[in-house]
Amino acid sequence: MWRDSLLVAGKDLRIEARSRVGLYQVAPFGVVALVLFAFALGPDRTQMAKGAPGLFWVAVLFCTVLAVQRSVSVESVDGARDGIRLSGLDPAGQFLGKAAAVAVQLIVLEVVLGIGVVLLYGASIQVPWLIVASCVLGTVGLAATGTLYGALSAGLRVRETLLPFLFLPIAAPVLLAGTRVWQAGLAGGTESYGSPWLRLLVVFDAIYVALGIVVFGPIQEAA
Amino acid sequence: MASEAPSHPAILLHDAVALSGRFPLLAGVDLEVAVGETVLIEGPNGAGKTSLLRVCAGLVALASGEASVLGLDPVRQRNQLRRRVGLLSHASHLYDDLTVRENVKFAVRAAGGDTDRIAGACERWGLAGRLLKTSASKLSAGQRRRVALASLTARWPELWLLDEPHAGLDASARDTLDRLIGDAGAAGVTVLIASHETEFVESLAARAVTVTGGRITGARSLGAPSLGVPPLGPPSAGGLTGGPTDGLDALPGPGPCSPGVASPIAGPTADRPAGEVAHVA
Repeated sequence: MWRDSLLVAGKDLRIEARSRVGLYQVAPFGVVALVLFAFALGPDRTQMAKGAPGLFWVAVLFCTVLAVQRSVSVESVDGARDGIRLSGLDPAGQFLGKAAAVAVQLIVLEVVLGIGVVLLYGASIQVPWLIVASCVLGTVGLAATGTLYGALSAGLRVRETLLPFLFLPIAAPVLLAGTRVWQAGLAGGTESYGSPWLRLLVVFDAIYVALGIVVFGPIQEAA
Repeated sequence: MASEAPSHPAILLHDAVALSGRFPLLAGVDLEVAVGETVLIEGPNGAGKTSLLRVCAGLVALASGEASVLGLDPVRQRNQLRRRVGLLSHASHLYDDLTVRENVKFAVRAAGGDTDRIAGACERWGLAGRLLKTSASKLSAGQRRRVALASLTARWPELWLLDEPHAGLDASARDTLDRLIGDAGAAGVTVLIASHETEFVESLAARAVTVTGGRITGARSLGAPSLGVPPLGPPSAGGLTGGPTDGLDALPGPGPCSPGVASPIAGPTADRPAGEVAHVA
């Protein structure tokens, strides 16, 4: 399973490095979203800093939809999905590999968006480990759910519109918990406030990673 | 290297029915193909030739009937089966953003094959020099077909399912393909070829079966000799060893089957004895 997941993750990351869709489309989209949020909130930097945690995670959520759609679409060209099914790769390994590739892209994106939040919104990070922990845990959860629901919508002609519809409500706990932990991380001195939300992220991740490992194969065969 | 005949046919379908929604793909197919046999599947468009190959590859599950492919249940043991089967379909299964070499390498590594065979297989299909580093998106349809065939050649599975294999190939590549199918048959590989262009295939196959309306409606003998026995030796990265496979020693790369993949003459598989047939009610 681990060998297969490394193989699939390596393939997906190589494809992304070649196509540069993440660099030229997904990351700029995230930055544009942050800028537009800033316009909507007005010139008051205090208000922008206050809204920064939520706006960061909303931008990450939207970018996740794009990254997952891209991950699904590379398997839909020239019968590639049949090709990967025919290879006999362990479905759990495929799930972990595709989710890992999405997670790597999201981590890079979150660094870019994090810098954007600090520069644009004037947010200052008081408890860095809370910020890092929420990003890592949130990314695992988003990548796992995104990959799972991406597989679910893969065989459908309406997958571009169906995926956000399926994924965004399911990812709401990540948005909520990530925002709360970021609020604690930016406000400082309230680490205990962030801990329950981190635990929620851990549980969310465990559920969706385990679910993906179990059901990715049957979903793939049915798609 | 001594080898013994397997206790099961390469393909055994009995009253096989496959559906796509409520549309019948196969409507009660009975087919038995011996290990090492090359069989032409012929029939008009929409007859069920491609569906038959996809059932054999474990891509389409049976709604009813019985199926055993290489002694495995094509549904319950699909992952084991797929590593031992190569399907050349209308699609090339290539990733546009990967190079030719990366595509072949991924296909071989994913199937647990030997990457040492990639260079020889690519060379055999005229994929050399700058072409190896060319992105698949820049290839013509014929070149994409060659890459798919190079992947198959490098993997060298035990069962080849070829769907219109000559389509899109130029005369030189068609000759290469014909030689490859002949070599595979001589090495004891089981080959099923679905084709309209029977003039290209009749000399390669031992018999032809006709599919019409999702059923086998006819069968005839053809010219090519059929081994019908498995002369497969153990996996070899450098070439083939002994017996009927000697004629392939000059080939660049492929051995009789991919390392890490069980030989068809191996004994019972993980959770089901060889030759056991899947029963679907």
